[in-house]
Amino acid sequence: MAMLEVKNLAISFGGLRAVSGFEITIEKGQLYGLIGPNGAGKTTAFNLLTGVYKPDEGSIVLDGVNITGKRTIDICKAGIARTFQNIRLFSDMSVLDNVKVGLHNSNEYSTFTGILRLPKYFKTEKAMNEEAMELLKVFGLEEFAAYNASNLPYGQQRKLEIARALATKPKLLLLDEPAAGMNPNETKELMDTIKFVRDHFDMTILLIEHDMKLVSGICEKLTVLNFGEVLCQGDTSEVLNNPEVIKAYLGE
Amino acid sequence: MKKLRKETKNNLITYGIVILTYIIVQILVATGNMSSLMQGLLVPFCTYVIVAISLNLTVGVLGELSLGHAGFMCVGAFSSALFSLAVKDSFTVAPLRFLCAILIGALSAALIGFLVGIPVLRLRGDYLAIVTLAFGEIIKNIINAIYLGIDGNGIHISLKDAMSLGLSEDGRMLIKGAQGITGTPHDSNFTIGVVLVLVTLFIVLNFMDSRSGRAVMSIRDNRIAAESVGIDVTRYKLIAFTISAALAGVAGVLYAHNLSTLNAQPKNFGYNMSILILVFVVLGGIGSMRGSMIAAVLLTLLPEVLRFMADYRMLIYAIVLIVMMLFNWSPDAINMRKRLMAKIFPKKSQKEEA
Ligand SMILES: Nc1ncnc2c1ncn2[C@@H]1O[C@H](COP(=O)(O)OP(=O)(O)OP(=O)(O)O)[C@@H](O)[C@H]1O
Ligand SMILES: [Mg+2]
Repeated sequence: MAMLEVKNLAISFGGLRAVSGFEITIEKGQLYGLIGPNGAGKTTAFNLLTGVYKPDEGSIVLDGVNITGKRTIDICKAGIARTFQNIRLFSDMSVLDNVKVGLHNSNEYSTFTGILRLPKYFKTEKAMNEEAMELLKVFGLEEFAAYNASNLPYGQQRKLEIARALATKPKLLLLDEPAAGMNPNETKELMDTIKFVRDHFDMTILLIEHDMKLVSGICEKLTVLNFGEVLCQGDTSEVLNNPEVIKAYLGE
Repeated sequence: MKKLRKETKNNLITYGIVILTYIIVQILVATGNMSSLMQGLLVPFCTYVIVAISLNLTVGVLGELSLGHAGFMCVGAFSSALFSLAVKDSFTVAPLRFLCAILIGALSAALIGFLVGIPVLRLRGDYLAIVTLAFGEIIKNIINAIYLGIDGNGIHISLKDAMSLGLSEDGRMLIKGAQGITGTPHDSNFTIGVVLVLVTLFIVLNFMDSRSGRAVMSIRDNRIAAESVGIDVTRYKLIAFTISAALAGVAGVLYAHNLSTLNAQPKNFGYNMSILILVFVVLGGIGSMRGSMIAAVLLTLLPEVLRFMADYRMLIYAIVLIVMMLFNWSPDAINMRKRLMAKIFPKKSQKEEA
């Protein structure tokens, strides 16, 4: 059974068919790329998968569970986590607390317990701190744990967003242009991190990216979107050599 | 966890300031160095400090604007005063009675806060400000119109006048419309006030540094991201706002039990008061509980201290407001303050920079 199976997904904004007939099947452990020119509907597809928008048509099945039309927080609980194209961190909170918010649903105690500082508070907080530090270490962020998230350099902010997403213990991780704004060195490092995350957490990853080096370097399969529709789908090398894809990208 | 230690230390300083102030005031009173005018202000100080902290929970932690916090104070004040007055003769253990009054005031305000919050906090946008503004005025006007009495047959309520209650001979009037409640037992004092300030701080500071508090702050910082990591936005907004309303209710309880006559006027429970509380919060620093405390005390104290200047009083008051705002919010002033602190405590600030 595939980790993610999407059939015939569509949404319109007013008269604009932002996404239509979107289909994708991702196997467990795959590193999958979603590419396409600006405005092709990639981010919109992510928003559909995570319940930010409700699809007009189609179905989304995650690991055998139908999550079509569910609320964002239920989709998160079902196992999809994401990052955002325009970084969305909790900017006035510490780096550590950003990750701890991601651990919210896996480490529970009541508001009452928190205010009264009952033993469970200390026990759970300790576990959360340890788990969050573990995650920060994966991204080399542990020394910045006490910083305000907004004070991190841009590249680190992108990494923190991934760490926070992983804290929700997802089955599927969606990355929206993780390398945007990074220099070639940072991009190279990010590629290693993404591969490490896949292997270390046994994660299934779907990523949107414009950087073709990154895409051809780490993605096993690709889907190309153009004007909201799937233009081409398959193994990375095949897709990137497809004349139609080249045409769509160079734009005639 | 270096950061946690820093936070705990910060909180301890805040509690320390309150306790130290309490001790100093007690010494001043004992040695006869405090005027009776000032002594009369002690309980109001505590009231304003509590309500300022409570509003800062809504504004600074939840990131929503409430323009009706005086309304929640009003609910707490009247519900608890009504209780205390009704049981005054049968329930004579004052501290215990006051404890019950506090719980009743807090729960009533919490309930109203919850009911106001349910429809409003589900919406995206600044609707809370508008709705609480209206709520504050409505509550004040309703209370001004209520006549409530009790007799052998039970409780009688009317919105018209005292006569229409139809009380029997043995009946007692409890709320007399615009004249409010008279004869509330004088159960609050400065010591109780300070204890309540400490309890309020304890609740709010612990809340902020807990799982729920983080959830609330994550919504404030980025709602969409909070949802994406599975935070139930409406739920946590409601929790924070309800706690905030409950604490404003406690401030009302303290206020009500310091006066023999309680009535709802624009200056104590109206729009003006709500704005004044907001001024405490903004000038003290949004999100800084310690700042709210200090601003509430200073700005309550100032008009009294300046009384001798008569005409110039409001002028000075305005200047102080502006200076405080610059001090807390202007980047230059913040930098200057940091440099000053670095000179006074060279080691500490070096460590923070590293
Ligand atoms: N909420 C919305 N309301 C109206 N139109 C929208 C909305 N969201 C997206 N669109 C439109 O849908 C189309 C696809 O947008 P989308 O952001 O998905 O593109 P994208 O493939 O992510 O592009 P980019 O590479 O620039 O990020 C665009 O034309 C965009 O203007
Ligand atoms: Mg996009």
